[in-house]
Amino acid sequence: MKKKEVRVLEELLGSNKKIASEIREKLEKKGILTINILGSPGAGKTSLLESIAEKLKPDHKMAVIEGDIETERDAERIRAKGISAWQIITGGACHLEAKMVGKIFPEIPADLDFLFIENVGNLVCPASYDLGENIRCVLLSVPEGDDKPKKYPKAFTTSDCLVITKSDLLEALPFNLKRAQNEALQINPKLEIFTTSALKDSGISELIDYFLSSLHKLRQKNA
Amino acid sequence: MHELSIVASLFEILEEKAKEKKAKKIVSVKLKVGALSGVVPEFLETAFNIYKEDTIAAESKLEIEEVPLKIECQQCGAEMVKDDFVFICAKCDSRKLKTLAGTELLLEKIEVEV
Repeated sequence: MKKKEVRVLEELLGSNKKIASEIREKLEKKGILTINILGSPGAGKTSLLESIAEKLKPDHKMAVIEGDIETERDAERIRAKGISAWQIITGGACHLEAKMVGKIFPEIPADLDFLFIENVGNLVCPASYDLGENIRCVLLSVPEGDDKPKKYPKAFTTSDCLVITKSDLLEALPFNLKRAQNEALQINPKLEIFTTSALKDSGISELIDYFLSSLHKLRQKNA
Repeated sequence: MHELSIVASLFEILEEKAKEKKAKKIVSVKLKVGALSGVVPEFLETAFNIYKEDTIAAESKLEIEEVPLKIECQQCGAEMVKDDFVFICAKCDSRKLKTLAGTELLLEKIEVEV
């Protein structure tokens, strides 16, 4: 019996990364901006998407991929707004992977402006998986507390934008907005930060402007 | 707790490499896990030991090298280890930093019996 050492140097998530890159390239070619939404359960991911849908609907076409451990509830909420939605039920898995998005890919209409992917509610595991998005958007709701960026660094370092949600509760809760913003920027100086309330329709337009200007840049790159 | 999914991806690579090298079995597996990889080494090890049963790596030993987050300041050139994940240069306060190590999740090498 002979022993042999083999140097491999392969990324463990290399196959996910490869599928994600293929998805990104194909969607970019169609001129679709893809946004991966991360956040804890109850951070307000679906409510934010409902508000975005209301505002985008008149002039832009969007669709949503919903990731949940169980139930079709989130997709139903989005469909009720007249928006196409696919539900991925992970059956226990705590995150979405690129191959799950890949399965839906053939059904995605080519004339979309935006594809939103709402990840499974979890501030840890989804951060490790590229889904082929152009923008990763992490949510932090006011009830969760202003100390979360340093407690969950991976989600905040890998994101492009931070959306602080439920800002209507700022008056009622000891959430220090400055502290949350500063901590997030210490961990990731490139973060774009938005403060929103889906309930009071505040800050959503600014977030949409950011998505629109990103879409514009993507299409300029294509042209 | 996505360590089991990651171990499943690891075993896909292990099976492929074993086949390629015509290995009878894998005796050791060495991983590099960065502090910002999003993975907990202890959980990875537990998942590995559950998963390895009845595979070509059933008797293998897992070694994990934990890699701290290392950054280089693009302003003053200082290199530093950041345990607090704060991306601000400790020397000159610059926020223009380059990550040198600490985000990897890598299968570095294996030892096989042929």
